Amino acid sequence: MRLKIPTNFRIVRLPCTGKLDLIHVLRSFEKGADGVFAVGCMEGDCHFNQGNFRARKRIEQAAQLLDKVGVGGERVRMYNLSSGEGPLFAQYATEMVELIKKLGPNPIKQMKQKKTDAAAA
Amino acid sequence: MSECRTESRLEKVMRAGHLGVTSECGPPRGSDPAEVREKGALIKDHVDAVNVTDNQTAMTRMSSLAACVHLKLEGIEPVLQMVTRDRNRVALQSDILGAASFDINNMLCLSGDHQSFGDCAQGQNVHDLDSMQLVQTARHMRDEGKFLGGADIKRPPKMFVGAAANPFADPFEIRIPRLAKKIACGAEFIQTQCIYNIDKFKEWMKRAVDRGLTEKAFIMAGMTPMKSVGMAKYMKNKVPGMDVPEEIIKRLAGVDKKAQAQEGIDICVEHIQQLKEVEGVAGFHIMAIEWEEKVPEIVERSGLYPRPEV
Amino acid sequence: MIIAEKKPIEEIIEEVKDFDRILVLGCNECVTVCEAGGKKEVEVLASALRMYFITQGKEKTIGERTLERQCDHEYLEEIRGNIDDYDAVISLACGVGVQFCAEKYLEMPLLPGVNTVCLGANEDRGLWTERCQACGTCVLARTGGICPVSRCAKRVLNGPCGGSTGGKCEISKDTDCAWQLIVDRLKALDKMDDYEKVAPIKDWSTDRAGGPRTVTREDVKI
Repeated sequence: MRLKIPTNFRIVRLPCTGKLDLIHVLRSFEKGADGVFAVGCMEGDCHFNQGNFRARKRIEQAAQLLDKVGVGGERVRMYNLSSGEGPLFAQYATEMVELIKKLGPNPIKQMKQKKTDAAAA
Repeated sequence: MSECRTESRLEKVMRAGHLGVTSECGPPRGSDPAEVREKGALIKDHVDAVNVTDNQTAMTRMSSLAACVHLKLEGIEPVLQMVTRDRNRVALQSDILGAASFDINNMLCLSGDHQSFGDCAQGQNVHDLDSMQLVQTARHMRDEGKFLGGADIKRPPKMFVGAAANPFADPFEIRIPRLAKKIACGAEFIQTQCIYNIDKFKEWMKRAVDRGLTEKAFIMAGMTPMKSVGMAKYMKNKVPGMDVPEEIIKRLAGVDKKAQAQEGIDICVEHIQQLKEVEGVAGFHIMAIEWEEKVPEIVERSGLYPRPEV
Repeated sequence: MIIAEKKPIEEIIEEVKDFDRILVLGCNECVTVCEAGGKKEVEVLASALRMYFITQGKEKTIGERTLERQCDHEYLEEIRGNIDDYDAVISLACGVGVQFCAEKYLEMPLLPGVNTVCLGANEDRGLWTERCQACGTCVLARTGGICPVSRCAKRVLNGPCGGSTGGKCEISKDTDCAWQLIVDRLKALDKMDDYEKVAPIKDWSTDRAGGPRTVTREDVKI
């Protein structure tokens, strides 16, 4: 199955989305990511019972916090799919990339860039 | 200071530029109203208003409000003392309304002595509001005509609102800022702790005048005559925040035991005469503890009698 | 344990916005367990503050540190060496830790990052509930092991009051009536005879009402 997916995102593998922590999401933004999406198993299908539910809560926490610090909570999302749904993964990735393009770059990255430019000038 | 805001006689006297005179009456540890009336009758003609203490030193007594009503019915103007130790904001507001329903026109807001000093050391304390917040509450109820909860009050209470100040407590540097805070909360008159250290009081008063506080509130100097050298020593050593200079003790010790009480009255009268000349002093609060019968003599000899008609 | 709750980040930002070098100081004890002020919460708050100030175009140094406890001298001493690198400390410890830290570092502005709520238990994932008010004179032996002081909204010692309905408190249908729980438990213990013993007027002098409390143990003092 050869699917077309965007190339401008990086996959970070976790043993389970339950391993995802709030700080991982925040650090991604601090380091310049424009968006983060978590892809977990279907709800109710977690091998560890609640891993993907925990991930969903943490993504919600991240969204709330990012809103409050001026980065924007809409840059994070949680998706669920089963391991056999490659086309759906591609669709979600495309959807996320389009959303982020519409939102523009992460303001943290922009501010840091401005500073670098000012220093260079 | 500007025109009267209440029907309080005390307010009228001081706003007219006279030195105000108040005294105090501690309600009995029982339900006999005669005791209150008798104490009131002793001082009635020599003061503008009478403070009624609220379970002072945390000893359970007849309620201040009830005793105020007894005085009011005798034609004496009471100052309702309210402490925040025993009642929450519901009860405080309720009692303010109760007092206003009898046209009690003055109140003094205090935090109250800790219950561990009294006869219910095992009791709870409330302190839902502190004394400054009680001042704000009383002013809010009067000036806005509203409860703390926001609803309108039918016939708002018209209280002349006072607070206490201790010029001698530690740390000295916050004495004036704290007074300023009470006045900013809405205190219209201040009754001070008993004054024995005249120089220190003058220093405090000067700072209050310099800060413009005497333009905003009437400061009444608190006076308590010493009954004996034993009392003076007790006040010096055992009562927190009390400043009794050594020379007072020496002077009392220097006379015969039987003459000490009269010496105490003499000292009190001399102090009042000195303080009458101090800028900013708007009146005197004479607390003759269980010695009410001596108030007329003190008032007369200090040149504060007769009391002005207003 | 002591239960605390994170303060809203807006409130924390308002308190620290005028400082340039800020240390976020966590505590490994109670606040870690109730997920309000442990190492993870320190990382998250520090990261969020960094991002906020960057978006505001402000340069700040936000440090992170978590101590074993903030209510013991020896652990608080660990930061003495580098506390001067900061202009302010946000302590995520309970009120005890914040104050102890403030007492130790007199000239350092100290700001609380959590609201200390109560002494309670972790009843369920994400649910912490009060169990004790530290009244200083435990009555649990007489109340079936359920505390009327902390769990009855009126602190009624001879309950339930007339507001108890279907096992719930009059203040909220979500709040159990402590006295219903006590009665249930006395029944289970076959001790309903105890219910009719009138609880005497309580000595509150050991409660906060009696003034700040201390425990002095001559047998362990050195």
